[in-house]
Amino acid sequence: MVDAVTRQKLFGTPEIHFLNCTKGWKSWAFTLDHKRIGIMYLIGVTIALFLAGIFALVLRSHLFKFDSKMLSDDMYNQMFTLHGAVMVFSFIIPSIPAALGNLVLPMMLGAKDVAFPRLNLASFYLWIIGTGCLLLAILSGRGLDTGWTFYTPYSIDTNTGVIYATFGAFVLGFSSIFTGLNFLVTVNTMRLKGQGWFKLPLFLWSLYATAIIQVLATPVLGITLLMLIAEKTMHIGIFDAKYGGDPVLFQHFFWFYSHPAVYIMILPAMGVISELISVYSQKRIFGYSFIAFSSVAIALLGFLVWGHHMFTSGQSQVVTLIFSAITFTVAIPSAVKVFNWLATLYKGSILLNTPMCYALSFIFLFGIGGLTGLFLGALSTDIHLHDTYFVVAHFHFVMVGGTLTALLGGLFHWWPKFFGRMYNDLLGRVGCFLVFSGFNLTFFPQFVMGSRGMPRRYASYDPEFLPFHQLSTIGAFVLGIGILISFIVLVYAAFKGPRCGSNPFRAASLEWQSSSPPDFHNFVHSPVLNDPYDFDSQVYDDELDTYISREFADPTKVPPRTEPVHH
Amino acid sequence: MNWQIPLMLAQSTDNLEELRKRTAAISLDGTTVPDSALVRDGTSNPFSTEYWFPTQASSFAAEVDFLYMAVFWISLVFFVAIVGVMIYFCIKYRRKGDVIAPQPSPSHNTAIEILWSVLPSILLVWIFYVGAESYFDMRIPREDAEEIHVTAKQFAWIFTYPDGDQTAELHLVRDRPAKLILQSEDVLHSFFVPAFRQKMDVVPGRYTYAYVNPTQSGQYRLSCNEYCGTGHSKMKTMCEVHDTVDDRKNNTKWIKADHQPWENGKRTYQIQCSGCHKVNGEKATGPALNLIWGIDEKLMTGQTVKVDEQYILDSIWEPAKDVVDGFGPVTKMNSFKGILNQNDVNDIIAYLKKLKEESPAQ
Ligand code: HEC
Ligand code: HEM
Ligand SMILES: [Cu+2]
Ligand SMILES: [Cu+2]
Repeated sequence: MVDAVTRQKLFGTPEIHFLNCTKGWKSWAFTLDHKRIGIMYLIGVTIALFLAGIFALVLRSHLFKFDSKMLSDDMYNQMFTLHGAVMVFSFIIPSIPAALGNLVLPMMLGAKDVAFPRLNLASFYLWIIGTGCLLLAILSGRGLDTGWTFYTPYSIDTNTGVIYATFGAFVLGFSSIFTGLNFLVTVNTMRLKGQGWFKLPLFLWSLYATAIIQVLATPVLGITLLMLIAEKTMHIGIFDAKYGGDPVLFQHFFWFYSHPAVYIMILPAMGVISELISVYSQKRIFGYSFIAFSSVAIALLGFLVWGHHMFTSGQSQVVTLIFSAITFTVAIPSAVKVFNWLATLYKGSILLNTPMCYALSFIFLFGIGGLTGLFLGALSTDIHLHDTYFVVAHFHFVMVGGTLTALLGGLFHWWPKFFGRMYNDLLGRVGCFLVFSGFNLTFFPQFVMGSRGMPRRYASYDPEFLPFHQLSTIGAFVLGIGILISFIVLVYAAFKGPRCGSNPFRAASLEWQSSSPPDFHNFVHSPVLNDPYDFDSQVYDDELDTYISREFADPTKVPPRTEPVHH
Repeated sequence: MNWQIPLMLAQSTDNLEELRKRTAAISLDGTTVPDSALVRDGTSNPFSTEYWFPTQASSFAAEVDFLYMAVFWISLVFFVAIVGVMIYFCIKYRRKGDVIAPQPSPSHNTAIEILWSVLPSILLVWIFYVGAESYFDMRIPREDAEEIHVTAKQFAWIFTYPDGDQTAELHLVRDRPAKLILQSEDVLHSFFVPAFRQKMDVVPGRYTYAYVNPTQSGQYRLSCNEYCGTGHSKMKTMCEVHDTVDDRKNNTKWIKADHQPWENGKRTYQIQCSGCHKVNGEKATGPALNLIWGIDEKLMTGQTVKVDEQYILDSIWEPAKDVVDGFGPVTKMNSFKGILNQNDVNDIIAYLKKLKEESPAQ
């Protein structure tokens, strides 16, 4: 039993917390605190997002006319290459794991920090160096025009800054491996006493599955990029037919990493959604173990389907057939998750605030993204659709509609925790609405164009496609404004928002048992282990105006349990 | 501004004149956009095949469209169900005021979970199966297909017909199947004709194949679909399907060849190869090559390979790769890479085919 004074000390808004316990730039640049590293990562990926987003708007503006002269062909090619490379390697891969994951993961375990705080900081510095190298390609004056896929032999022939860029991607790979390794060890060794695997929030299962991919697949990318650099500088004869190499081999290596990488992008997003859906319907997540195992299944099966990016590459027909078959098996666990989320909503107490709106848009958009994967996994249709705008639309639906949406939802969910201040929910929802509608307007028309035969990576196109491209351009600006509004709402809240209690949403996972913002050591007391989806374990405290664990609450005021403790 | 409304509708034919004018403006900088690309017998009904696809101009186009529309309907049903249920729950179970009152309901149900994993799987197996079946129709050429060599280079296409004549656009004949033998002079490209639903990458250093049996005459867009450098988006030409062989012969701008390919091949062969390879069936330093085309060759390793374009190319550029049984362990043939290019090899292949055809055994 604790008295009101202790309660106030544990859960009230603290004077000193991790954001202000030390001051000066050095206290950030040399920090080993996972929360500060998480915030620095967040700032980093946000910059990357804005930069690559501006490239995207330039591309879309160019495409507003079918014979546009705004950019030269060469400039157009450089623009889409940098857009893709920065978005993929510097933004979306680190976004949820490295920024949100860093903030939340140790706290969900009731731990003080990750297992290797120095490695964590190193990962962030590698991110800076890697992103710097990518951008050096622009500053080198020659640009980069290979597409984010660096396909040989064009990447060997071109005299643009391929070496800078691939080296950048190589370094970013290590940054990603460090984060993955850290998370694996942390989840394995630093769980709270008694916190078994099946008491972990699903976000952790998904981060764990992601970390497995990061650690196993990323080295392949590293080696491939080094071989590409070697081929380019020394012509060792592996990827370039001129020197006896095989260009298709590069594609195999590249996709052996990059297909699993798409799961590095989506799995953490699915984890976020599992948390949001259950907290905001105040219901135990439906089919916990199915969701948990489907993450692992996706991670493992994801290693076996890379050839579906190469159905027209000239790989053998039998191989093609096998890859198509395995591709369909990956679709099942994704579908299972969606059904489970819906079942969680059933009979819940659904709060439609900003994070939940993002979670619901995720289901909508990821639904379209996943279903259009079926058109691409089937052989005859993929032959027609491959490398058209249909593919462009498909992967934006999963990466932007999926990952970016989940990232925003997750930020709105955990923002009050880490800044101790609440955002303006109405403006948050306006932002969400603009993101959602702008996104659909941008990418839905691209499915039509793709099916009608509009190839991707084209700087000019036939007039037939004009109306669709124009819709797409308008949508892109709406989307941009939506993201900007969300950004402003969040930043404003971090500094000026009204104070909020330790657990305003009645979430039950352990991070909500700290004060908001959390202490430097995360928890001043040792957190009480409870089931992350047992929301009844949290009760309202009117003095603090927030939810706290039953164990800490005033026994005279605690309402009886509405559901049994063990399920 | 050419802002056509309603936008989600298929391009209507009303403003065709206007479109032609604009297209003509593009052709000035060297690009051809065939008229038929502008006309969509399309419809504004997004639930129809015509909305999503250009004309069906090949034997398998209808199959592709069928699967596409089937997946489209399956997806639509699932999507509407998912989003419908989601919206329904969000309205029905919406939190009223500050009262958090979820109603008790089970948090797992193994039967349901297995059901909703297995039922969609059955559909997926079906989609896979239909996709694979049509895939083989798209990839396996009919025996009697005419062979046309397609050379892609930054940023143009060259088409070479069996008699050695060339064109800058692809000319086919209706109901006459064609096997396209693709080769690249520099980087990756991809051969794509949306109206045929056919696509195949063009890979430097090897041959790839695309097959098409055109079923409708007309002009169709042909574009490079694999990013290949600065002028990628200008690497467009057209494919014209003529009604008859004579139509094609008379209505095409041919770049005439001085000699048949096999004659060129014979010349090269006599200069470069005949020292080691006889054409009378007798073994010399190397095996005789007069009957080699199309057979299953036994290699030193015990494997057999089919003698096709790729095998001949490898034998000439990288003789050490596949050494013929009885001629190992180290080949005495030296590589002709850098001496003979892929077009020379094509000519030699034409000659080898000719030899095979003319051999008395045939
Ligand atoms: C110095 C002698 C020599 C010359 C010149 C030579 N070859 Fe060969 N070639 C060989 C030998 C020996 C083999 C068998 C070993 C092997 O498979 O590499 C062979 C194998 C082949 C094969 C595979 C035959 C089979 O039965 O499968 C082909 C095809 C071939 N050569 C084509 C050519 C062509 C075309 C040229 C001319 C451009 C040429 N060779 C020039 C010695 C030669
Ligand atoms: C749900 C099941 C999914 C299936 C069946 C599927 C299938 C496919 C297939 C077959 C392709 C190759 C298309 C082509 O190039 O012709 C493809 C491309 C792609 N997919 Fe998916 N996909 C799925 C989900 C995802 C997810 C979750 C992501 C990422 C978050 C993703 C990201 C991508 C990307 C980035 C590409 C294209 C890369 C490029 O060519 O530049 N996909 N998908
Ligand atoms: Cu993939
Ligand atoms: Cu190209």
